[in-house]
Amino acid sequence: MNAQNIDNRPKELKNNKRKIRVEFERAPLKERLKAKFLSMYFVKKVVWYIFRLVLLIGVSYIVLFPFFSKIAGSFMLPDDFVDATVRLIPKKFSTDTYSAIWKENSYFEAFSNTLFLSATCAIIQTFICCFVAYGLAKFKFKGRGLVFIAVIFTLAIPHKTLEFSMFSKFIDFDVLGIFKFLNGGGWEIFGKTIIKESPDIIPSAASGFWSKIHEGGGISMRNTYWPFVILSLGGLAFKNGLYIFMLRQFFKGVPDELEESAYIDGSGIMRTFFTIILPLSIPMLITVFLFSFSWQWTDTFYTGLFVPDSSRKEGLMLLKDVATIPGTLEAQYSTHEGYNMFSTAVKNTAGIMIIAPLVVMYLFCQRYLVQGIERSGLTAD
Amino acid sequence: MTKDIKIKSVRKKIASLDKRKARGGWLFVLPFIIGFALIYLPIVVDSIYYTFCNVKIGGATEFAKGEMFVNYKAVFTGSDFVETLIKGLTNMLFEIPMILMFSLFMAVLLNQKMAGRAAFRAIFFIPVILSTGIMETIGQSDILLETMEGAEGGVEGGASEESSSSQIVSSMDVENLFANMSVGQGLVEYVAQAINNIYDIANRSGVQMLIFLSGLQSISPAIYESVQIDGASAWETFWKITFPMISPMILVNAIYTIIDSFTAGSNVVMRYIDQYKAESSEINGEIIASAMAWVYFLIVLAIVGIFAAIFSAFVFYQKKD
Repeated sequence: MNAQNIDNRPKELKNNKRKIRVEFERAPLKERLKAKFLSMYFVKKVVWYIFRLVLLIGVSYIVLFPFFSKIAGSFMLPDDFVDATVRLIPKKFSTDTYSAIWKENSYFEAFSNTLFLSATCAIIQTFICCFVAYGLAKFKFKGRGLVFIAVIFTLAIPHKTLEFSMFSKFIDFDVLGIFKFLNGGGWEIFGKTIIKESPDIIPSAASGFWSKIHEGGGISMRNTYWPFVILSLGGLAFKNGLYIFMLRQFFKGVPDELEESAYIDGSGIMRTFFTIILPLSIPMLITVFLFSFSWQWTDTFYTGLFVPDSSRKEGLMLLKDVATIPGTLEAQYSTHEGYNMFSTAVKNTAGIMIIAPLVVMYLFCQRYLVQGIERSGLTAD
Repeated sequence: MTKDIKIKSVRKKIASLDKRKARGGWLFVLPFIIGFALIYLPIVVDSIYYTFCNVKIGGATEFAKGEMFVNYKAVFTGSDFVETLIKGLTNMLFEIPMILMFSLFMAVLLNQKMAGRAAFRAIFFIPVILSTGIMETIGQSDILLETMEGAEGGVEGGASEESSSSQIVSSMDVENLFANMSVGQGLVEYVAQAINNIYDIANRSGVQMLIFLSGLQSISPAIYESVQIDGASAWETFWKITFPMISPMILVNAIYTIIDSFTAGSNVVMRYIDQYKAESSEINGEIIASAMAWVYFLIVLAIVGIFAAIFSAFVFYQKKD
């Protein structure tokens, strides 16, 4: 019995320190292949693989097609839009629209202004939201629930509802009547006059920022970056509630022991936050920065409200103003047959030029986006 | 006697630590509280106050004494607001399940290990970054895409669909496909419309996909391993494990989708309000428009509340210990 077993066992062919090669009886190759490829399991796997690939490629196509067609249209001239044989590849390749938008719509100026605005806002928003979210996630204090409800409230309220009053707030900006008081207009709070006249502290003829002050009123922040900065500083700008929510969920996932050990070692709350928590949450911060930067970049609501079109003369040109049709193109082609579609294509070209910097940024940051989301461990409780 | 004193002093110390932490918490949320109390709240209060006002000839506003609800009366009687509202709400009821199903399905797909996963993920999240704001504004006046697509799909599909900018699949084909399987006309139309709007849906489910993905990542692989050992099929695994575990995310996403879709500029009701503001001949036009927005907001808030209350009964929370 024992002897037979020894005979049947696999023969050792080679034996050294690292490798053992053994010879043993295997099923013939044909049988093995059969077992592997003709099984239900394998067929299922292949069908699922193909189905999944087709589906993903299909949806990617749906997502990307508008961009392709816009890019294709941007190289066309009006004649190509009438020509039925032209679909995506233009017959006469031209970059006229690009150069016209670059020169006449002062793209570069708009670009640098928007870059400054978006970068400032995004940095402020990222840090403020981080602060608020950390406070909400890791500290127990009275009224925490209330603050969180307020955050959700700012997210839920459609900004269109507040359009009118937000405009009048920043056109005549004042906090508790302080600016009006400093400007000699008396002190009025909640409609009640407390002090009728006040000393005129701010010289009315002063230049610069203070010259924007109304007579006896608040500060006009039209055509300045201040409304955006102020809203960002309060964590009230576009979708900031969402960022706070996301970051709060992230911080909730960070184990308390980390901070506790830091506290025991004598680190204060602030130092713990800056030296331990912040470095830990860099992917998440990049995600939030990416969101806030690109949403500020493409925003038309707030920029349209605080920096209207008429401000172009004052040198505050933003990217939203680029999406108009340049004069020379209009003069040159407005009598052509395909002009209607051409004008749309020009606007789309402007759109492409507006989002091109974002695409570049996205290509570099998307790794962090996915990482940040994966690590966030969002849970609903 | 001495024991008592000791305990007291210890308690005092603990309380002071709590207090310090509470103070730290206040310090962190301070920027938001200041901003909210000094800037946001006055804006909101102003906005509500305006809806109870009349516009005088000079452009100034005055509190409408005696007839406080004059603007709200105008909202419900002098316009098509109610009809538009009903249309908008039905649209919403139709879109939300679709966005949720699509984003959940896509998140499950993108969560699987496969070649090119990173590339697909990058592509799928593009709309989150790029298809908002200015691109939306440009896209609303975009007939280019429609005409480019219309050459082949226009004849049978009809390019008159207002929201879908491109018709990638002809809805007729789908209807033909379903016609032979007696599943009911309503379902056929639902699916056909879903396919017509696929671009819109794919564009709007980016954030939801991110939230679902992170939810899927947080499910412990050990659970999947154990059900696999017990012989569960993929179908069973999805419905018995993935679905309950992800159900809190579904609630969050549903609420987010409702809020997102009703604050979006492309929303039917929002567009109506904008149009009303621009075209109204009444003196109070702008104020009536913002009264409409408030009515709409309250209704949607009520819907979110009811929905959350009903749905949270079915949400499964894994007990963590």
